This record gives sequence, C-alpha cells and structure tokens, in this order.
Amino acid sequence: MSGLGPIRRVLVANRGEIALRVFRTCKALGLETAAVYSDADAEAAHVQAADRAVHIGPAAARESYLVADKVLAAAREAGADAIHPGYGFLSENAAFAEAVAAAGLVWVGPRAEVIRAMGDKQRARDLAEQAGVPVVPGSRRFAEGDTEGLAAEAERVGYPLLVKAAAGGGGIGMRRVDAPATLADTVWATQSMAAKAFGDGAVFLERFVPKARHVEIQVFGYGDGTAVHLFERDCSLQRRFQKVIEESPAPGLPEPVRAAMAEAALRLARAVRYEGAGTVEFIVDAESFAFFFLEMNTRIQVEHAVTEMITGRDLVAMQLELAAGQPGRLAQEAIAAKGHAIECRLYAENPAKMFMPSPGPLRIFRAPEAARDLRIDSGYREGDLVTPFYDPMLAKVIAWGPDRTAARRRAADALRAFAVEGIATNREFLLACLSDEAFASGDVHTGFIDSRRAQLLATGDKP
Amino acid sequence: MALVDVKTEITGNIWKIVAAPGSRLEEDEQILIMESMKMEIPVSAPESGVVVEILVAEGDTVTEGTVVARIEA
Repeated sequence: MSGLGPIRRVLVANRGEIALRVFRTCKALGLETAAVYSDADAEAAHVQAADRAVHIGPAAARESYLVADKVLAAAREAGADAIHPGYGFLSENAAFAEAVAAAGLVWVGPRAEVIRAMGDKQRARDLAEQAGVPVVPGSRRFAEGDTEGLAAEAERVGYPLLVKAAAGGGGIGMRRVDAPATLADTVWATQSMAAKAFGDGAVFLERFVPKARHVEIQVFGYGDGTAVHLFERDCSLQRRFQKVIEESPAPGLPEPVRAAMAEAALRLARAVRYEGAGTVEFIVDAESFAFFFLEMNTRIQVEHAVTEMITGRDLVAMQLELAAGQPGRLAQEAIAAKGHAIECRLYAENPAKMFMPSPGPLRIFRAPEAARDLRIDSGYREGDLVTPFYDPMLAKVIAWGPDRTAARRRAADALRAFAVEGIATNREFLLACLSDEAFASGDVHTGFIDSRRAQLLATGDKP
Repeated sequence: MALVDVKTEITGNIWKIVAAPGSRLEEDEQILIMESMKMEIPVSAPESGVVVEILVAEGDTVTEGTVVARIEA
C-alpha cells in the first residue's frame, strides 16, 4: 500500500499553480491527490490534474476557497487524510488549522497557536524581541501635549524617524523627521492632527529606513525546538506591496549580515518550536545593512521555488514528510546553496495603467520548455479564461545560473520566449527590470519600481 | 445639459454601489467600487453632475469599457 505514514491522500485547499505544485510532489511521494474548485475553476488545470476533485461553491473566494467548513466537507467527501493549504486563502487561518486537526485530519503546517501568534503583529514583534531578533526601534507613546523625555527617546530610536499617530494606519498620520531641530514641532503638529482625525492624539516614534530592501530567510522547523535555514531570498522589487522579482542569494549582502540574519531567524523558529516551512521577513537598510524583523509567514511562500533551485531541496516534500511524522531530518551543514536563482512573476496586469488587473482569455499562452536551469510554475493553459476572482499571477518563471548575471540572462531569455496573447501582462516590464542597469548592478530596494516606473516603461526590453 | 456615459477601465466585478440615482456628484467622486484580482478599483464621475441611472448591480461581472452609469452633466 502506498502512502507516507498516516497520509495516503492529500487535499490541497487552494487553486492554480500552487495546487499543481503540491500535487507534483504528492505524486512523487506516491500520494493520491484531491482538489477543490469554485464555479470559475471547473475546467482549471489543477482540477484536471487531481485524482479527485470536489466543487465547493461560487466563484467568489469568500464563498468557496475561504470557507473552512466547505473545504473540510470536501476533504471528507474526497477521502483525504491530510490538508495542504498552499499560500493565501486559509493557509494562515489558525481556526482552520484547529478545525482540520479536530476533524482527525493531518494539517500540513505549523501548530495553530504559532499561526495565531505570528498573525498578531504586536505579539509577533514581542516574540521576535524576546528571541533576540532585532525589531524596528520604536519609542513609548506620547499622549497629546506630552513631550517628556522626547529628545532622548528620539536619540535612542535614531534618525531619520517617523512620528506616527497611534490610532493611524496605512500611512495616514505619519510624518518624517530627519534631525532633532524639527522634532518637537512635528510631534506637536502630529498630536494635534491625530486628536482631530482619530479622536486620540497619542503618537510614537519609529526608525525610518529611507532605502530599504526586503530580505527573508527560509526556515524549516521540526516542532521540537530544532530548525534549519535554507538561506535568504531578496524580494525587494515590488509594486503595490506585491513582490514582482525574487532572487537568491541577495545581491551584495555582506556574508556576516547574511549569517546574522539566518541566525536571528533560527532563534525565532527555535523559540516558538516552529514546525515545517516558514519565512522570517526582514527589512534591511540598503546603506548600512542594519536589519529588522518585519513578520513571519507561517506557510509555504510563492517564491519558495527560488530556494529549491539553489539548494536542490523539495520544500513541499519536507512539509509532507514532517506532517506524516517521518521527517528526514536535515543537518544545517547538509544544506548547501549553489549558483543563483531569479523568479519573475508574470502577472495579468497593465504596467502602463498603474498595474491595473487585466483579466480575460489567454488566446495564446505558450511557456518556454522547462529545463534543469528553468522552471515554469503555472496554473494556466492556452485557451483558459483568466477571471477577475483571484490573484493576477499567470506564471512564475524561475531561472538558475552559476552566477547572478547568468541567471538574469536565462530569466530574460525565458520571458522573451514566453508567448502570451489575449490580455495585457507585465512581461515586457519584467524584461525591462531584468535589463535595467541599476538592477543588473544589484542596486535593489523596495522603492525601485515606483521610482523608475516611467523609465522602465519607456525602455522596455534591452536584449 | 449633456448625458455622460461612465465607463469602467477594467474587467471585474461590481463590489459596491456607492451613489444612488438622483444624487449630485462632484467630478472624481465615486459612483461604485469594482473588485478585480484582489484589488478594489473605484469608478468615479468623469465630471460633476446628477446620477441619472446605474446600469449594473452589485455582484455583476463587467468587461473593460462597459457603461455602468449615466450622469447628467
């Protein structure tokens, strides 16, 4: 009888490329697969690839993929004994993780209490601090009219800093201070603005990183306080806070910084007895390389393939084996990185129209052939309809090379060979990024796309 | 007085209708909010005027360029 410990059939509570990605490893491990699908996905590739498929409702995710009870009922109907959540949807929903376990099914992910703790920003920050992981320096709260010890607090936090309204959010009620001279006036003005806007004049100070990079560490925990890391990924190229290009190793990151970040991520993973694949995200000062904890994602990431390309490890297999109680424990020394990998996310969007989504029919959709140094993960096929109901990612193009320049060229060649017609995509924009001089030199930061958008749109592809 | 067609710039679903027929809107004021690929995208009045009719309902899927409302400018 085939199977992996108690697991014989895995239901993937997801859709598109990640469902297909998990199925691929399931099949390699001799496990049967079960899919769920909404009305919009009845003909989707992930449904056809699965051994069984269960319909779970209307197209809107909040009526299908996000409904825990429907997914659990589907698992029972499909005879699945384990649920892999993929990313997004219910993957970081602690109540769902509990419900899966309560239903007697194997949950392929960390314990619910860890998901819950990391989902609470303040709690996650506290846990990181307790584990000795650097967090963005911040001050105590200053209620309206209170400026007691303000200058000393500002010195401790460090300049440049942001004065933030405690009741604000999403960038509202935030002012930047570059030097002590303007601190008191800015605090006073922010307090009075916050009192009017939010009915609460309290503010606090937080270090501002003007030129920041987003670098994350892939960790894998064994649930008993031991964990290993699988190096970092630089995900600085973003638009609308969504990642566009990811790579590993992070270009130009000094070796001691890389090692310190990995060690910090491991301290947190060990402290919470983390179980399975997780990612500790950091904001890194692009000038000083000071790094600060941002958050921990308690699931497989979209960009996990980058790590797989440089390490040769299958993170989904590691997840499934651990969930089945059969972890092939890896020693840190056994994990080596080779070469460089770059992932480009091909999106159904129009860069010229502020990256507005562009759903529609994929009249032509021909990916270049995969190879040892090229991986294409996609949930779409030629003729498919890209609906407006889900995220705009059409495919992940992941290229490997012995060094960054080779990986960059391989990614560009693959994108040039990728034929997509019928809808607007960011293909040309990705090519412009890859051939951009600043990108080529490794000068990446989170403001890269915003600050160079016009130029990138104008130049396009430069083979 | 001219009747102005309000068109969508994207394909997506009508998430929320904000303005009712008969209401007076300033230029750029929201008429409805669309949802597409996990993004909320407002559709606003191209010029100030009175909403004559809303041609879609919440939950409808519309394609780029669809006339979703008419305004008497």
